[in-house]
Amino acid sequence: MIRFENVGLRYGMGPEILRDLTFQVEPQSFQFLTGPSGAGKTSLIRLLFMSLRPTRGLIKVFNRDLSVIDKQELPQLRRKIGVVFQDFRLLDHLTTYENVALPLRVVGKQESEYRSDVIDLLKWVGLGDRMHVLPPVLSGGEKQRAAIARALITRPEVLLADEPTGNVDPPLARRLLRLFIELNKLGTSVVIATHDIALLEQVDARRMVLADGRLSIFD
Amino acid sequence: MAQTENNDDEQAVAVEVKPPNRLVRKKRPKKKAAPKAPKTEQGDAAKLRPAAAIVPPQSVAGRALTLVVAIMSFLACLTVGAVSIVWDAADAWQNDLVREITIQIRPTEGVDMLREIDKAVALAQEFPGIGAVRALSDSETKALLEPWLGEGLELEGLPVPRLIQITVSDPELLNLSQLRNSVSGQVTGASVDDHSIWTSRLSAMAGAVVAGGFAIMVLVMGSMVLSVVFATQSAMAGNKDVVSVLHFVGAEDGFIAREFQRHFLMLGLKGGVSGGVAAIVCFVLVDMLTRQGSGQAGSDQVSALLGSVSVSLPGYFGVFAVVFLVAILTALTSGLAVKAHLAKVD
Repeated sequence: MIRFENVGLRYGMGPEILRDLTFQVEPQSFQFLTGPSGAGKTSLIRLLFMSLRPTRGLIKVFNRDLSVIDKQELPQLRRKIGVVFQDFRLLDHLTTYENVALPLRVVGKQESEYRSDVIDLLKWVGLGDRMHVLPPVLSGGEKQRAAIARALITRPEVLLADEPTGNVDPPLARRLLRLFIELNKLGTSVVIATHDIALLEQVDARRMVLADGRLSIFD
Repeated sequence: MAQTENNDDEQAVAVEVKPPNRLVRKKRPKKKAAPKAPKTEQGDAAKLRPAAAIVPPQSVAGRALTLVVAIMSFLACLTVGAVSIVWDAADAWQNDLVREITIQIRPTEGVDMLREIDKAVALAQEFPGIGAVRALSDSETKALLEPWLGEGLELEGLPVPRLIQITVSDPELLNLSQLRNSVSGQVTGASVDDHSIWTSRLSAMAGAVVAGGFAIMVLVMGSMVLSVVFATQSAMAGNKDVVSVLHFVGAEDGFIAREFQRHFLMLGLKGGVSGGVAAIVCFVLVDMLTRQGSGQAGSDQVSALLGSVSVSLPGYFGVFAVVFLVAILTALTSGLAVKAHLAKVD
């Protein structure tokens, strides 16, 4: 699904912050990406999401080599990947409902086609009664769930979540984790970047540990 | 597949996280019939506001740019109006001159001037396409010379050339070179003047005015395009987060450009229409003022030069075209600026 071979990344003329990364994200797999703060988890998530290009190595996303891919094809590939950012990245002038519906608007769907799906999903993530409010009014946990709903609305093949429980209390973190597990059971590959040890201990899943720019994988 | 290790509250949460059908990727159960939306869902849908613009309108440079576009549109419309007035005036002068030819007979010693005049009149009348042929009378010739030679002029004592005025009824039928040859060959001291020098000068002047107007239009539109480019770049910088979110939800550059373009089209329309309306008000006021001032030295001079100082129908069509052009140019420029910006960013 996503394959990295000897991937390295440096910013500008600085040191290489990711070195010789070789791994695959298999279909319907569930994995944690962990490591200390500053280890490069967010950079790796950005590489997975094609918002950064590697300095060296091969990245194949859905069997397409990113080094030769045309820029026009990137949006099509990105639509197969849902991303949840640590800082949510919700648009403050759009309601929760409109934020979640955004990926469907972008592909040109009419509101009548997706209205009930968006409402269902918002109810599933527990935001059924908050769909008409603007993000500044939402709590951290609610924003997090809205961001997750936005990532899921297009039924992505891969879900990337960068510190999805970083802004929520432990009970909500557990609840969000179950949400990801449920999603994984439904066929979506999940990659969760976190340094929350408590979260890792709750699930028996593949762990990819980043340290000193190198990746160790524990299946 | 992931497995949870602590199952203490799994059952309770499983109820909470029962997924909607949308998220089921495989083995979706067949629906027997399309289920009716529950009442609560209908209520939720009813509360939804019309979808808000993805790019917030207030983040796009608003009033200042609208004013700039309005001023540019106003100047462009004024230029179109001025060109239209001059063009119409030049056209009127040209038509008058083209339909008039003059035969001039210079006095020659030993030649009877009156006989030559009659001969020239008779000759001219025979040509096809000629309307009226009339020799200027003594009194008309005196009136023509009076400003230079004073009153009480005796034409008999002076070698004054005489003029025959010919009105052309159909310029296409008239063979001017044949008329010129016949007159100069058969009438002593006669020459034909078809005012071609004047008409060519008028054409050149009208052409220069149109070219000048076009150059002003290009400059005005160029300034407007540059203003829109700067405003678009500023709007893009102000909406960096929106653009970034749109990128990661899979928006194509064309979609993002269209979202910005929509705002700029509205802005261009507002500015263009305001400028166009202001220009039309100006045209009407100038027309009214010159009509009211009829009899006063200034407005008589203007009327003498340009005829009626009112913008003709094509001039007003020109104003509408400018408004349309301004709106389209604003939208296209912003769209291209967004695409150029995105091409650099990614």
